[in-house]
Amino acid sequence: MATAYAEAGDRTAAATHAARLTHVSKSFAGPAGPQLVLDDISLDVAPGEFVTLLGASGCGKSTLLNLVAGLDRPTAGSIETTGGRPALMFQEHALFPWLTAGKNIELALRLRGVAKAGRRAEAERLLGLVRLGGAYGKRVHELSGGMRQRVALARALAQDSRLLLMDEPFAALDAITRDVLHDELTRIWREAGVSVLFVTHNVREAVRLAQRVVLLSSRPGRVAREWTVGIEHPRRIEDAAVAELSVEITEELRGEIRRHGRD
Amino acid sequence: MAATETTTAKTPPGPGTPGSGTPGPGAPGPGAPGPGKNADDLAGLEAGLDALETVREQRVPVREVLLRKVLPPVTAVALVLVVWQLLVSGGVTDSYKLPPPSAVWDSLTAMWLQGTLLDVLWTSVSRALLGFLMALAIGTPLGLLVARVRVVRAAIGPILSGLQSLPSVAWVPPAVLWLGLNDSMMFAVILLGAVPSIANGLVAGVDQVPPLFLRAGRTMGATGLRGARHIVMPAALPGYLAGLKQGWAFSWRSLMAAEIIASSPDLGLGLGQLLENGRNNIDMPGIFLAIILILVVGVAIDLLVFSPLERWVLRSRGLLVRS
Repeated sequence: MATAYAEAGDRTAAATHAARLTHVSKSFAGPAGPQLVLDDISLDVAPGEFVTLLGASGCGKSTLLNLVAGLDRPTAGSIETTGGRPALMFQEHALFPWLTAGKNIELALRLRGVAKAGRRAEAERLLGLVRLGGAYGKRVHELSGGMRQRVALARALAQDSRLLLMDEPFAALDAITRDVLHDELTRIWREAGVSVLFVTHNVREAVRLAQRVVLLSSRPGRVAREWTVGIEHPRRIEDAAVAELSVEITEELRGEIRRHGRD
Repeated sequence: MAATETTTAKTPPGPGTPGSGTPGPGAPGPGAPGPGKNADDLAGLEAGLDALETVREQRVPVREVLLRKVLPPVTAVALVLVVWQLLVSGGVTDSYKLPPPSAVWDSLTAMWLQGTLLDVLWTSVSRALLGFLMALAIGTPLGLLVARVRVVRAAIGPILSGLQSLPSVAWVPPAVLWLGLNDSMMFAVILLGAVPSIANGLVAGVDQVPPLFLRAGRTMGATGLRGARHIVMPAALPGYLAGLKQGWAFSWRSLMAAEIIASSPDLGLGLGQLLENGRNNIDMPGIFLAIILILVVGVAIDLLVFSPLERWVLRSRGLLVRS
């Protein structure tokens, strides 16, 4: 069914990458002919690696995630992912309001092919993992913004993919909640051992979370520069090391943005 | 430094204002990360945030529901009765044109005592419900087809919308000629009235499914029929229910039109014929009674079946805003 993804055989730890993008370009039909959104992007995400994609508006971050998620096809180049269909988390929680928190997770399990008998227990386990043990029977509207995103995270993990794609998942949350969810995501990423490709326009968020930060230029999106973040976990958004690298990256980002003012 | 603090302590700013969460000296925190931080801290912090941000819903007590939901309509009906009686007492028109409420009540009790009341009601209600169920069975797949298949939508979508504005009385003459004076003709008229409503409701429901749900569904592997079953249909349910509600109203209206126009001894006595008989016999209380019964049945089915269903669906999704 999912021909775009390497199937079960590749699910072993032997895979050298969770996602490999080779010379990926994407253009959409525009009013003045095809418009290039992504230009020759090559990027590897290693198994268990946490990579953030950073960029200003128009860098095609979300388009890139859609391509990796298999929701769209690249115009040129190839995308290879191992470990099943990648799970995708959005800025909006995208939980189904006609189901309870627990049933949302069970739907993901069901679509993955988990037998009925095991679903309830697995959903409870995943809710426990995001520290929402008592929320199984809760309706989506009864949960706060942060809780919804945690259920969405649990639902994404229910797909049992080795690659988790996150499209600015915390952008709509207040600062305190976002900070807590950063800790939470770091903990779960390390516990679950998944690879994460995390898109954001928030430099500090990128530095706080990632092992590697990839800066994309805008219109069209290209890989402008990469940083390896060597700061020890647990990190905090206030850490001097986080701040220092953030300043450096922000300067580079501003340079990229300025280029567009000139032409 | 401590000395200055004790001297200034006489003036109110510091601890002098109790209760108000002053950003006191302890608040900014030492900012010391690292070893002191552990998983329990995070769990506690999260539990606190969850507790602070969760809105607790409480059920409205029965007395308040009675006061706010039942009292106003009951008062309105009572008021109408009073005005009606006043008009009759004031002699604004001939009594055969405007009978007093008591005369209508007498017609009702007379029918009850003859044992015909329930028969008449059942004749019409059973026809309407059966017709509605048929409309449901035809309108639902039709709506799905129009919503999901582009060619079908282009072909019959506009016709389906147009049919909604066509009064179903218009179908009575051809239906009588095609099918004769019998129940099939009644059902045909009901179907032509209700199927477009139900199908259009479903189309509107499907159109309003947020694209985000479809994307989320696709990343989870819900495509094609699985997508329709797990994502599209449940997401479209509120629109579908609204269509059903309207479909019922159209069924009932169409049936009454058919019953009034097409009368034959073979058809049995329904509410529409009751109304028509009233006209033939110049029996104004009977006409009033028939109109009131038609109204009561229409409202009752809506209140007992569709409104609770709709409210339940909306409430479970957090879409019901409490004023």
